[in-house]
Amino acid sequence: MMTAFFSSEFFANYRRNASAIAGSLILVCFFVIVLFGPFLVAQDPYDIAALDLMDSYKPPAWLPGGDPRFPLGTDGQGRDVLAAIFYGTRISVMIGVTAMVCSLMLGTLVGLLAGYFGGRVDAFMMRVADIQLSFPSMLIALFLMSAFGTGIDKVLIALTAVGWVVYARTVRGQTLSEVGREYVQAARVSGLREGKIIGRHILPNVTTPLIVVATVQVGTFILIEASLSFLGVGVPITQPSLGLLIKNGFDVLFSGLWWVSVFPGLFIMALVFGITLFGDFLRDELNPRLK
Amino acid sequence: MLGYIIKRLIQMLIVLWAVSIIVFLMMSFTGDPVFMVVPIDATDAEIEQARRILGLDRSLPEQYLIFVQNMLQGDFGRSYVFREPALDLILERLPATLELVLVAMAMSALVAIPLGVYAGANPGRFSSRSIMSGSLLGISLPSFWVGMMLIFLFAVKWRIFPSSGRGDTEAFLGVQWSILTADGWSHVILPSLTLSLATMAMLLRITRAGMMEVTRQDYMKFARAKGVSRRGVLYGHGLRNALIPVVTIFGIQLGDLIAFATITETIFAWPGLGKLLIDSIYRADRPVIVVYLMLVAVIFVVINLIVDIVYTLIDPRITVK
Repeated sequence: MMTAFFSSEFFANYRRNASAIAGSLILVCFFVIVLFGPFLVAQDPYDIAALDLMDSYKPPAWLPGGDPRFPLGTDGQGRDVLAAIFYGTRISVMIGVTAMVCSLMLGTLVGLLAGYFGGRVDAFMMRVADIQLSFPSMLIALFLMSAFGTGIDKVLIALTAVGWVVYARTVRGQTLSEVGREYVQAARVSGLREGKIIGRHILPNVTTPLIVVATVQVGTFILIEASLSFLGVGVPITQPSLGLLIKNGFDVLFSGLWWVSVFPGLFIMALVFGITLFGDFLRDELNPRLK
Repeated sequence: MLGYIIKRLIQMLIVLWAVSIIVFLMMSFTGDPVFMVVPIDATDAEIEQARRILGLDRSLPEQYLIFVQNMLQGDFGRSYVFREPALDLILERLPATLELVLVAMAMSALVAIPLGVYAGANPGRFSSRSIMSGSLLGISLPSFWVGMMLIFLFAVKWRIFPSSGRGDTEAFLGVQWSILTADGWSHVILPSLTLSLATMAMLLRITRAGMMEVTRQDYMKFARAKGVSRRGVLYGHGLRNALIPVVTIFGIQLGDLIAFATITETIFAWPGLGKLLIDSIYRADRPVIVVYLMLVAVIFVVINLIVDIVYTLIDPRITVK
């Protein structure tokens, strides 16, 4: 299995593609941060006892007045910016990935049902999708959050409500073209239940295009969540994501304390950049039309 | 064509009706607006009376009917905070946002289209690759963070541009515009640059992809062989054909710009629609949120219609059904 992968065309193309390698290296770094972040930093940024006000607003370690204990400086409560970023990255990534998985499942289900059964349900779901797509996701999410109030669970609901549409549309289109194929008819003739036909036969044949959409969507979701949290309608203060860290840094930016907000922003940028690079590669590889 | 437009107009009305139901339902499930209008020490009787005046004692369908009736008469209720008609508040701020969005749009088109044509016409060059990597970075950056960095560099550190507000405005057609004064321009540059980055990156990538496809076509070679200059071929024959996806993206991006203006306006304290929306969300000022959403819905369906019509004007091959 492993040797088959390493000798595959996919891997050969990957090895020749510098930006795909760069993207996946960035993603591996973030994978490590998400899994082991809390063990990589000395301080637990949300344990009040570990904070010392004497350490507040220290600049990054390489600047005069910097402290080697805090490589990227500290915020107003003496919190290590790097530690806060590692914890925040976990929250941002967790939200992005979970919301993607929820949207993927909901959208695929709707798309399969709409494509397979057609008729009124199909027409209705697709009209809903059309209407929703004519509004920017950011605005819908903002509106939902303003109705729900802050909270990670609510952010997840809002993002899922925004994200399912792409999958529903893609899956529906694919399903429509699969339903007419011989293997589906054969399955029908042999008396399989419809649930089985959809789940066992159609589903595996419609998933490939979803991989690309899902990859890129994680990046989009991380950015939307960051924007919501920046506006104060995203995650609660007790569970700050990267976006909320930037918001906290915004308040002291005018006093010249730039490091509190600059570094979380750079981390979001690197994260989304890595996802986009890798997503671009996947799109070129998995889209047969481009070959 | 006329039949098509009429059909689209009917569709627009249906969409707006659906939006009005959703907005109404969402609003009625979020908190009790009575407490926004009565004083903190109000008695139960006073609360009841306020509820009757606001019509909140009726059933949901009845409330919805009243809501739609009032809306059709242009009455969206009064802001709980400003005690002014919500519609007036919104219309007052609309020019500030339009100005910001239009400048951002112009900026991104002026930068993205020439760069996209260049990168698409010379795909192998190092400069083209740098442009493309730059555009990827532009997509990956959170726009609010870019805005903060611009404030830090240009306003706090170097003191070249102001960090907030609209600056001097001048009246034109009865509306105040910042882009008519030098001071206004110095205020408008940072926020619109912030707002334009994502659109710029997107537009650049679409233009380049379109150009790369178009340069392979025979008519490009033919035009070149006929003796048209390289520039003339690229812009006259190439860009014109590559422009169709650009127009769609332009339409979609216009909507996105209005949405993201909420963030930009919050950072730069720009007194437009977006900042009003965010402030109203904080203060649970329901009537203002409702007008904002309905107005934005109208803007979006109109943009979509215009985009579809512009299609047929640029590309005679597309005929409307």
